[in-house]
Amino acid sequence: MSVVAIQTEGLSKRYRRGIVGTSGLLRDALAQTFRHPARLFRRDGHETFWALRDVSMQVREGEVLGLIGRNGSGKTTLLKILSRITRPTRGCAEIRGRVGSLLEVGTGFHPELTGRENTFLSGAILGMGKQEITRKFDEIVSFAELEQFIDTPVKHYSSGMYVRLAFAVAAHLEPEILLVDEVLAVGDIRFQKKCLGKMGDVARGGRTVILVSHQLTQIRRLCQRTVWLDAGSVRQVGSTPELVSAYEDDMTHSGVDDVRPVEGACQFLRWQLVGENRNGEHILPTEGETTVSFLLRVNTPLKSVHHGIGLYDQDRHLLWGNAVDGVTLEPGLYELRHTLPSLPLRPGVYAWRIAIYEGGYRVDDWECVPQMQVVTMPISHYRDEAAGVLNIPSKLEIVPAPDSK
Amino acid sequence: MASVSSNTSVAAPLVKEAADLPITRIEPSRGWFNLRLRELWNYRELLYFFVWRDVKIRYKQTAIGVLWVVLQPLLTMMVFTVFFGKLAKMPSQGLPYPVFYFAAVVPWMYFSVALVTATNVVVEHQRMITKVFFPRLILPFSAVLSGLVDFAIGFVVLIIFTLAYGFRPTMAVLLLPLFLLLAVLTALGIGLWLSALNALYRDVRYLTPFMVQFWMLASPVAYPSAMVPPRYRWIYGLNPMAGVIDGFRWALTGKGQAPGAVLVASIAMVCVALIGGLMFFNRMEGSIADRV
Repeated sequence: MSVVAIQTEGLSKRYRRGIVGTSGLLRDALAQTFRHPARLFRRDGHETFWALRDVSMQVREGEVLGLIGRNGSGKTTLLKILSRITRPTRGCAEIRGRVGSLLEVGTGFHPELTGRENTFLSGAILGMGKQEITRKFDEIVSFAELEQFIDTPVKHYSSGMYVRLAFAVAAHLEPEILLVDEVLAVGDIRFQKKCLGKMGDVARGGRTVILVSHQLTQIRRLCQRTVWLDAGSVRQVGSTPELVSAYEDDMTHSGVDDVRPVEGACQFLRWQLVGENRNGEHILPTEGETTVSFLLRVNTPLKSVHHGIGLYDQDRHLLWGNAVDGVTLEPGLYELRHTLPSLPLRPGVYAWRIAIYEGGYRVDDWECVPQMQVVTMPISHYRDEAAGVLNIPSKLEIVPAPDSK
Repeated sequence: MASVSSNTSVAAPLVKEAADLPITRIEPSRGWFNLRLRELWNYRELLYFFVWRDVKIRYKQTAIGVLWVVLQPLLTMMVFTVFFGKLAKMPSQGLPYPVFYFAAVVPWMYFSVALVTATNVVVEHQRMITKVFFPRLILPFSAVLSGLVDFAIGFVVLIIFTLAYGFRPTMAVLLLPLFLLLAVLTALGIGLWLSALNALYRDVRYLTPFMVQFWMLASPVAYPSAMVPPRYRWIYGLNPMAGVIDGFRWALTGKGQAPGAVLVASIAMVCVALIGGLMFFNRMEGSIADRV
């Protein structure tokens, strides 16, 4: 089994950061060219950064390789290069076999088209042929549990249904090499398990898989070997259990300080879910009692400051907020634990924001990263936009009014 | 679309021999001439799906669907007939004004819609471009091809129209596919340039409507190309749409300007635009996914 499926050599990718001196308008680019014709032939002068630096690795055929690292460590860039979405700046890679990539669920779905039409469209975009999709169509539909709704335009689907169909199409892709980015973090817990099971089947089926995930439990379950990327370079390669532990250690200890630059009287360093109700540090599995902990480092004494917390949805609506006055703290490390008896949110991505203010002046105000993923079971209206933000079961009773006679 | 059930499961082991697996080499982009047209051919099924989707969506969204496709050129033709024909008394090469204008409006509308669609197609698919690989060339191709359905409907009406006016097609009709192909390739050639530029510079899409309008005035839509003095005719022919529109009028009615040397200039121009466009698009393809 030592046939190499993917081999990369010195793979590097440089991006331009917010191209200096140009606004992305043709008008300005032309003016620029007239003013400084020589610049047309110069490639430097732009602020650039290396998203990936000198990555050399091998993936053997049939291997399931995990790819971990912080946000911005180059995981997605590597997947994008291997799936040919973008080209490397330097280095090269060789891949043996057909490549399928799942960087997003539902790529190419169109709201006006029916589930059936989208299945064909999305399948084709992911690289399946028409015959192949036709052959697998029934299987896809039953995997998505959408038999009755397959001829309904997907704009009428709830987000759960949408994701189920999208994943079902993706899960039936059968390339020799599969590149997967974080897509399993979708839908409700039950469907997630189903997807994980499917991924496991794929993994055992002899396919070569590269899996990017922040959910280390997934990496542990599915991958034999893992690559740890740090700031665009390979930091460590090794068998999953040891490497994931080392990574976790790094995240909780030495990693804390460089999350946010040191400045001011105090600073929030990281946040996580604690207690029973959590699935990883930033994933909320049920709407029951929830405790969120924020790590605060106090550099100089805080006297009677104001502490505020807020929870926002993706549209920046404040969903919940609270504030406490008169907090006094000596220098040191503290955990601020907020416990909510229940957090009945619809599945999705939410952001915490936490702050310390002193006499109306900001000491620290942190838009917490990473964001919180809520993967509770949706109690949904048949159309999502009419379901609201809260995920609360309700009961309907219709009774005659007392004076109806 | 009927579906056949099967017992194939994703977990099934790969039956393929290790030897026949294709090897993909990923390298930094280089060269202007590596057009990878073969790859485009391998993805022809996706091209079909893109066209199919565009057509489906277009006819789903408008309530009056097909009727609108027929009405648009008809109304344009009527406006032209009244203002350019009856009021401005434009010479019409012995053709009744409605026929003279309708024969020009149908191919012109195809061309202008195809060009605008092609210009925007890359920007509209930016999300997809950053998430999945397919030869990006498929996008402008699908944009110019999906307009052909509208064209076909308009063309049927045009045929009925010319027959109703008592024109009988001559052998020249056999040349129509050539003129249509010329229109498709012109839209594609220019569309390749514009779609890549549009992805790189956000203000290109404001330029396109102006360009289309300008182009229409430079094409014999509202007037006959015979109005152009003969010694400038070859310059005029550098606009391929001049050949296309003259060709349509001539092939359908047997009257008007038979395209001759002008057509050669047109074809040469299209080839230049097309090859240049392919190279430019290909060259820019890399930065398109990175610009988003």
